[in-house]
Amino acid sequence: MAQTGLPLLSLVTWVPIAFGLLVLAVADDRRPAAARWTALAGAVAGFAVGLPLWTGFSTAAGGQMQFQEMAPWIPLFNVNYHLGVDGISMPLILLNSFMTVLVVVAHWEVVTDKVGQYLAAFLVMSGLINGTFAALDAVLFYVFFEAMLIPMFLIIGVWGGPNRVYAAVKFFLYTLLGSLLMLAAFIYLYHQTNGSFEILDFHRLPLTATAQTLVFLAMFMSFAVKVPMWPVHTWLPDAHVEAPTGGSVILAAITLKIGAYGFLRFNLPIAPDASHALAGFMITLSLIAVVYIGLVALVQGDMKKLIAYSSISHMGFVTLGFFLFSAEGVLGGLVQMVSHGFVSAAMFLCVGVLYDRVHSRQISDYGGVANTMPVFSAFLVLFAMANSGLPATSGFVGEFLVILAAVKANFWLGFLAATTLVFGAAYTLWMVKRVVYGEVANPQVAALRDVGARELVFLVLLAACVLAMGVYPKPFADVMNPTIQELLKHVATSKLS
Amino acid sequence: MDLMTIAMIAAFAPLAGALLAGLLGARLGRAFAHTVTIASVAVSLAASLVLLKEVAGGSSFAGTLFTWLTGPGWSLHIGFLVDRLTVVMMVVVTFVSLMVHLYTIGYMADDPGYQRFFAYISLFTFAMLMLVMADNFLQLFFGWEAVGLVSYLLIGFWYTRPTAIYANLKAFLVNRVGDFGFLLGIGFVFAYFGTLDYATVFVKAPQLAYTGIELIPGDSWALGTIICVGLFVGAMGKSAQFPLHVWLPDSMEGPTPISALIHAATMVTAGIFMVARMSPLFELSQAALSFVIVIGAITAFFMALVAIVQTDIKRVVAYSTLSQLGYMTMALGAAAYPVAIFHLMTHAFFKAVLFLGAGSVIIALHHEQDMRRMGGLRRYMPITYATVLVGALANAGLPPFAGFFSKDSILEALHLSHTPGAAFAYALALAGVFVGGFYSFRLVFFAFHGAERFGHGDGGHGEAGHGQGGHGGKPHESPWVVTVPLVLLAIPSVAIGWWAIEPMLYGGWFGQAIAPTETMKEMAREFHGPGAMVLHAFASAPFWLALGGAGLAGWLYLVRPELPARIKAKSGVLATILERKYGFDDFNDWFFAGGARALGGGLWKWGDRTFIDGFMVNGTARLVGWLAGLARRAQTGLVYHYAFAMILGAVVLVGLWTTLPRLSGAIAAVAGRLGS
Repeated sequence: MAQTGLPLLSLVTWVPIAFGLLVLAVADDRRPAAARWTALAGAVAGFAVGLPLWTGFSTAAGGQMQFQEMAPWIPLFNVNYHLGVDGISMPLILLNSFMTVLVVVAHWEVVTDKVGQYLAAFLVMSGLINGTFAALDAVLFYVFFEAMLIPMFLIIGVWGGPNRVYAAVKFFLYTLLGSLLMLAAFIYLYHQTNGSFEILDFHRLPLTATAQTLVFLAMFMSFAVKVPMWPVHTWLPDAHVEAPTGGSVILAAITLKIGAYGFLRFNLPIAPDASHALAGFMITLSLIAVVYIGLVALVQGDMKKLIAYSSISHMGFVTLGFFLFSAEGVLGGLVQMVSHGFVSAAMFLCVGVLYDRVHSRQISDYGGVANTMPVFSAFLVLFAMANSGLPATSGFVGEFLVILAAVKANFWLGFLAATTLVFGAAYTLWMVKRVVYGEVANPQVAALRDVGARELVFLVLLAACVLAMGVYPKPFADVMNPTIQELLKHVATSKLS
Repeated sequence: MDLMTIAMIAAFAPLAGALLAGLLGARLGRAFAHTVTIASVAVSLAASLVLLKEVAGGSSFAGTLFTWLTGPGWSLHIGFLVDRLTVVMMVVVTFVSLMVHLYTIGYMADDPGYQRFFAYISLFTFAMLMLVMADNFLQLFFGWEAVGLVSYLLIGFWYTRPTAIYANLKAFLVNRVGDFGFLLGIGFVFAYFGTLDYATVFVKAPQLAYTGIELIPGDSWALGTIICVGLFVGAMGKSAQFPLHVWLPDSMEGPTPISALIHAATMVTAGIFMVARMSPLFELSQAALSFVIVIGAITAFFMALVAIVQTDIKRVVAYSTLSQLGYMTMALGAAAYPVAIFHLMTHAFFKAVLFLGAGSVIIALHHEQDMRRMGGLRRYMPITYATVLVGALANAGLPPFAGFFSKDSILEALHLSHTPGAAFAYALALAGVFVGGFYSFRLVFFAFHGAERFGHGDGGHGEAGHGQGGHGGKPHESPWVVTVPLVLLAIPSVAIGWWAIEPMLYGGWFGQAIAPTETMKEMAREFHGPGAMVLHAFASAPFWLALGGAGLAGWLYLVRPELPARIKAKSGVLATILERKYGFDDFNDWFFAGGARALGGGLWKWGDRTFIDGFMVNGTARLVGWLAGLARRAQTGLVYHYAFAMILGAVVLVGLWTTLPRLSGAIAAVAGRLGS
């Protein structure tokens, strides 16, 4: 294992949080520049300390946890500050740190109210999310997992739209209720392991079929809400519509991934037999997400709602891929997670660009944007194509692999999954048609100015990511594959005998 | 230079041109944009010709460019397969593309999107080359979708026009329906062959093709048939075969140069190419070939019929393209794959001529596309007229023009084929020859002969509403950048059939690139050289049918020009059916587009909002609220209520405290008895 001397995982967790507190300290609403530059420095620093995770990552280590750190935390209950990453969590940490930079860049001239607090919330959340991905102790995981809700709750509730309180409370209650059951499962497993909260000990713990099913369902409640899976998805469109642009970006790009990550980190390895037994159930919910939500997305008149529904549909591919238990399916699901991070962030940022100018998210308030914002429109079309899963964009890779895996498992699964080729293109490009193309629809569109340098920064960065991952996804797969193989080997071994 | 380097130059030069023109064109100007793209496509053509020469000399190669993705036991890559099928496609694509690039300088001269247009057509050339040069299904799908993307961008090139942005969305979605089948076919290939490389798949195919698959329990299908039908559904989208043909006529909303390049000569033939490339698979499934031949026959005949009622000059050519694609598809179904590629090649030239000729007329008449406002143009536009006439002769399949050799070979193949359904296809194909002769010459006579009907009316119904200067004057011949490509494309439209038929079909040109078939062997026995073929034609039905069609057009549009309107008035329902294009568009708009929206709206309203949010979520909230309301009643704030509750609680607790030990003892006793 190529390990540097630095506690990298602690750094990616605490550097953003420390900077967040620093931003609060320097925050002054009359002179927001200090808070902004401090936040940018913090976000960039957070990303920079994460980079060695990629460069130093050993693909030869198989499913081993790398960059591990261990310190006792609450010795009474044998709770440890135990961090470590494998090929599943490491890319997600980098994705999150990267998105934090974009969110800080994106807020710049847009958020003017309580700038310091806004940025601090994002930085703190970024650190907590990294901690969630890195945690190898269940209690530590739980603490990060729950703590993360608070900044997001504030972001929606304070900087959100007119109906923000309803959305924030719905978001908070939904996710909190789910996770209480997960805590109960952790405590049960703690007793079964004779006093260990080590997630890796949970993995090795033999459990009866009934116990596995109960543990699976308890965790399912928590993670399905986060993903979100049908039918516990309705908080997401509401949350997105009310959240400020940055909140939507993190929500779509990162926090949804935590749910999917939870399935891979907890459900599959802890309850492999239950996972197999309940695979049909999970696949059904995933396909409902792909088909049902794809149709619902078609009729949305609010761009953010449309993209929110599109996210649910795309996340359906992730859970579908996982519960096919094949190398292609899990890899496809993981790649889809990273790709969806880029693409959904890009889509929400694009809507943000329009919203900042026109103050409307309604498709009907636009039309002919290409006439006045040609550069922006080119980017939006690119991201829309990625959202439709066009080859050579990142959106294709995951969907392609999951469809291959689905056809391999059962033709009809592949059949239903592949409907996204039509539905995904239909809802995305129909929106593009009504927003971007056509004659200039109204005076507000006529008065639009094209994207400025700051907006170009995040558009170009995301476009580069989307294209690079679409043209050459191998580096991502190389990192993920060894872990996936270990995981699948583990999941294929019954715990019952 | 090794072949791999040359192949890379051929493929990537247009990409470089597209990127330069697209990213720097706005700053460096129009001349830069067209120079750099034309140079890049010329380089690509030169490289393709070098490869043609090399491959003709016996060398073919397959090489991996880079590995795209790997997994346990499989890897997907980007790579080139350059064999005799590939080079034919490469030369056709780059040659037509170069002509269209040149032509665009004249056609788009006044368009504000000049640079963007050049960037797009070069990008298209790159995508199309990646498609034909692929050595695996993954890259095939990349190219497949990429040409679809550029097609989408170009149909909607004039993005302020409602019809254009309707047409491009429709084209993309209908193609996606085809891709749906295509991707499932690829999925089956991957599932059963464990690889997406052509070479491995073709080697393993004979053992695996007859594996039984029960898609519906109790109903077993051969794996080969499922794969081929899936792939062919993709071809039906891309090559606009019934019933996925509906997008192609609407794609005429794009500028004419791309109608010629994308929607006639190259992209729409991708499906034909793909099936020929997959011939080792299709040869293993008689059922799939039957499906192919029937779809092709329906397309060839019924789309030709629609062409005869169109008045928009581009739409006539578009329906003619549909019909010709149907002929190619029939040839595939008849297992005469080289014949399909041969017709693909001749058609690329003569259909490009027809489209570019139509475009030449359109600009001469200041963007007028309606043939009812044309007529008598041959005097003003002699070069355009001559080239369009060549195109029409070839399209009608009259000897000795290029289309004759390829179309007659298709008829021959259908006649000799053993594919179930071949007789049906042969009958429709023969009938289609008559219709083809008719609509081809209807176009020529309607637009170029007869009374001059232009000059009055407002014009400006056609493409982008910007004139070409000199309004009100007589139309005049187009500039050289337009006529030179026309002439250069007209030459192969005349000659390439005579010249290429023998080597290409019977000289073993395709070698192992296309699976040898019984149909081709039988055709070879009947073939005695192009001269004999022409002579034989004069004594056979297709020639007289085509001539009859042409003659009827002459009679109706030259001798008795008042007749067509009267016939139309008399034919009532039939004319309406043809003018409504059999009602496909109406049905699709109502059933699929409307149905999906209604279903989505219903699911959203009743599923998400009423049931999940209304009943489950807010219902739970209301239930909690109601329970809380009950609990709240206890909190009256009156001290004696609380005191009473305390007393009651104390009594209960004391009671429990005294009875519980006895109760738990009794329970333990019962449990102990049960346990033992």
